[in-house]
Amino acid sequence: MAFSSFSAFLAMGGHAPYVWAAWGVTALLMIASVGHARMERRLLIRDLKRRARRETTRPLPSTSTAPNSLQASHTDDT
Amino acid sequence: MSLQRTKAAPAVVIVEAPAQGSLWIAFKATLERDLTLMLRRRGELLNPLVFFALVVTLFPIGISPDPDMLALIAPGLLWVAALLAALLSLDSLFRTDYDDGSLEQLLLAPQPLAILSLAKVVAHWLFTGLPLALMAPLLGIMLALPAGSYAILSLSLAIGSASLSLIGAIGAALTVGIARGGVLLSLLILPLYIPVLIFGVGAVQAALLGEGVAAHLAMLGALLAASLLLAPWAIAASLRISING
Amino acid sequence: MWTFIHKWGSPKWFYSMSGKLQPWFWTVSLLLIAVGTLWGLAFAPADYQQGNSFRIIYVHVPAAFLAQSIFVSMAAAALVFMVWKIKIADMAATVMAPLGAVMTFVALFSGAVWGVPTWGTWWMWDARLTSMLILLFLFLGVIALRSAFTSRDSGSRAASVLAMVGVINIPIIKYSVDWWFTLHQPATFRVTSSPSMPTEMWLPLLIMVLGFYCFFIALTLMRTRSEILRREANKRWVMDLMKEAH
Repeated sequence: MAFSSFSAFLAMGGHAPYVWAAWGVTALLMIASVGHARMERRLLIRDLKRRARRETTRPLPSTSTAPNSLQASHTDDT
Repeated sequence: MSLQRTKAAPAVVIVEAPAQGSLWIAFKATLERDLTLMLRRRGELLNPLVFFALVVTLFPIGISPDPDMLALIAPGLLWVAALLAALLSLDSLFRTDYDDGSLEQLLLAPQPLAILSLAKVVAHWLFTGLPLALMAPLLGIMLALPAGSYAILSLSLAIGSASLSLIGAIGAALTVGIARGGVLLSLLILPLYIPVLIFGVGAVQAALLGEGVAAHLAMLGALLAASLLLAPWAIAASLRISING
Repeated sequence: MWTFIHKWGSPKWFYSMSGKLQPWFWTVSLLLIAVGTLWGLAFAPADYQQGNSFRIIYVHVPAAFLAQSIFVSMAAAALVFMVWKIKIADMAATVMAPLGAVMTFVALFSGAVWGVPTWGTWWMWDARLTSMLILLFLFLGVIALRSAFTSRDSGSRAASVLAMVGVINIPIIKYSVDWWFTLHQPATFRVTSSPSMPTEMWLPLLIMVLGFYCFFIALTLMRTRSEILRREANKRWVMDLMKEAH
């Protein structure tokens, strides 16, 4: 242990703002990346399920009638 | 402008070029065609040069007219301004050919597209990079650039701008199919220009300090050789994507 | 060899295999990052010169390593896509770019913050920071180019060409920026070049680097799976999968 107490740990030998800002932003961005990926997946699966349900209740001749929302959605996901 | 142009110029020269083994002929024909077309639009040729002079004018006004101060920043300033002027002219490199459809015919030519696009880049450099390099000493005088570095300034710009044209043509080819791709083009290309800028300015500064410039010029030459070797293929691939995609 | 590539190139196969692999990478990455964080923040000794501000190294260096590796992986995926027309590779390259930009930003931000106690300024045109800044622009260029095309296939191929051109340029840029920096040598020392780091300092760093890499793999697998569903939405197997999942 490099610190004698918890408050010394928080103070980081006077460098607290820098150490915690760097670590905080890193943690925030990494968690946000995971959160974004999970959200993306959940919304996508919800859409796809809705579509699958629609097709089972009202069977269409083929898969050619794809909803446009999914076709067009690729441009704004980057 | 482009209407008048299609009427006057043969659409594409190389379509007629016959069998294999005519690489050099195709290269020359494309080069000559592009040079002829560019000469018909003299006004547009002057634009990068005027832009170069204008940007250089802004700095004494924006920073200070003090010759000592200007002499200090002159090498970098001249290089950056020339680089931006060259960048500005890139957007039109393939644009007019794309608009009137002659670029598509270039793709259908029997010769490798890389060679033909290299010819277009050479034409672009002859009418943009080279004039900028020749004009730079004049602006150097206005920026109180110390004596002894003028020749190196021109030489480094001449070699460097050839690399700039080659690298920039990749970006121009990638964005030619995109409406208003000009800003995107600069975003893609400017980061790739940094090594050329570093060694170009380095050569001029070394000349000012009385150090050897050979190392910097050799690096510029190496960059040019590498881009000469690789860029035409990337340009050709990018043109195919932009046109067939 | 070829059957192996073909199997992994099939979106359906990739989807199911990556689904099985993914939890492992998440677990390992979480473990490594947790251990590295605790060790680096609380147990590693303070630097004799920089004091505790040196603990920023444990996020700065992994992020910087990872950012560069992501660009190389993205270009490798682009090459695979262009040469063998394997769509999975392009999907992976698509999802790697934003993470790469985020990691580059993390490296830049932590480097800048580190600069305050070390150099006394928020920004220094240090060779590493400058290269990182250029890398950020390269990532942004790839992302912008991909989204500028209306046709997904053209966008993919254009972004692939740009990624490959960029990856050839990265070593040249790094080398030239290093040279430029030595010419204009300011009176500071390089942040991350401690002459000889003791084991209890670099071991947590190694753990963090590995943890970041696992994080990258896990997140890329996860987002590639989403990308597969999005692009293959009309395929039979995706529909069946969605019907089963009721």
